[in-house]
Amino acid sequence: MTDRAYEIKLDIFEGPLDLLLYLIRKNEVDIYDIPIALITKQYMEYINVMKALNLDLAGEYLVLAATLTHIKSRMLLPPTEDEEEEEEADPREELVRQLLEYKTFKEAALGLDRMDILGRDVFSRDHTFEEIEGNGQPLREIGIFELVEAFRRVSFQTGQHDIMEIDVEKISLSDRINDIVDELEKRGELTFTDLLGETDSRRRLIYTFLAILELMKLRIIKAYQAVPYGAIRIRLAGE
Amino acid sequence: MDKLKAIIEALVFVSDTPVTVAVLEGILEDVSKKEISSALDDLMREYEERGGGIFLKEVAGGYQFRTGETLTSWVLKLKGQKPMDLSPAAMETLAVIAYRQPVMKSEIERVRGVDVSGIMRGLLEKNLVRIMGRKNVPGRPIIYGTTRKFLETFGLKALSDLPTLREFKELEG
Repeated sequence: MTDRAYEIKLDIFEGPLDLLLYLIRKNEVDIYDIPIALITKQYMEYINVMKALNLDLAGEYLVLAATLTHIKSRMLLPPTEDEEEEEEADPREELVRQLLEYKTFKEAALGLDRMDILGRDVFSRDHTFEEIEGNGQPLREIGIFELVEAFRRVSFQTGQHDIMEIDVEKISLSDRINDIVDELEKRGELTFTDLLGETDSRRRLIYTFLAILELMKLRIIKAYQAVPYGAIRIRLAGE
Repeated sequence: MDKLKAIIEALVFVSDTPVTVAVLEGILEDVSKKEISSALDDLMREYEERGGGIFLKEVAGGYQFRTGETLTSWVLKLKGQKPMDLSPAAMETLAVIAYRQPVMKSEIERVRGVDVSGIMRGLLEKNLVRIMGRKNVPGRPIIYGTTRKFLETFGLKALSDLPTLREFKELEG
């Protein structure tokens, strides 16, 4: 299996519990009697792929990995002879409870998603739309991932000339942020390439990108795209 | 069509938020609540029977005209964009809040098994979720709940209108 195939799959997990539910379903095993060794092994495989891909592996995935390993080791221990612990709980109990609770809400979320949502499925007369159009094609707001992907492409092009750089230009992040906002106020819209393509300086490139990320995080700007891998347009987020 | 129904239809038509019976009662001074409700019921039924492009719906404690659910793609061609597209992560978070409110962020994170700060910010910004106050325990954590806009968005009359939570219970013994 190629890394790419994994990458697509990993995208669909909403968190470690979701991954675990997926593995349980995939292996067609009973949620009340999880084969811990098998599931832990597969879970770790996924984690390793995520690590190998340098995906920002959320700490929660590692916490659950530790929990699984812990349960696995407890399952291996022979049952204690101790009278007092006659009713020793199944080490998987807490995890099963957590999974069932998560599953309840995951299905509730699907239930919500199936409803007629105002502004998505049904519309009221005065429903306010963000009317954004790009050459007749509706624009879709994009997130950090698409930006990082676009940056990877741009920086790859720029990074081709392996030139040692002498640090003559002093740039600060706040300056770049201010520049970008000024420019957007003047021109209304900038493409990602307008902002990043203009420079040969790695340093400037990186600062510009960081400034864009920061502005997105602060919700001062928003990025849109008509089609995947299409031009990314950046606009001020205001009303 | 009688006069009362015509007036109510016009009022609901021009309003930008769901119109409540109380508001209509305030405008239609001499008309009883019962008459208003029954006129609204008649109107809803008439639109339903007509089976046209718009329907009168009871949402978020009021009444509102909405386009038929089979016409989405046409309306979107006119409007261009889907402002209410919620990610699966946002839906899950919203589900926990809707069914568990008032709920603390830490409880949502325990259920979902992930950090929800970013998603909560988005939901607050979309005005689907609100801060209900602080819980009277050490640290006085913030508690969250859903908004009227949430009901309106999901076409619910009230929270009691939410589909029953199908809980997966642990097998006893």
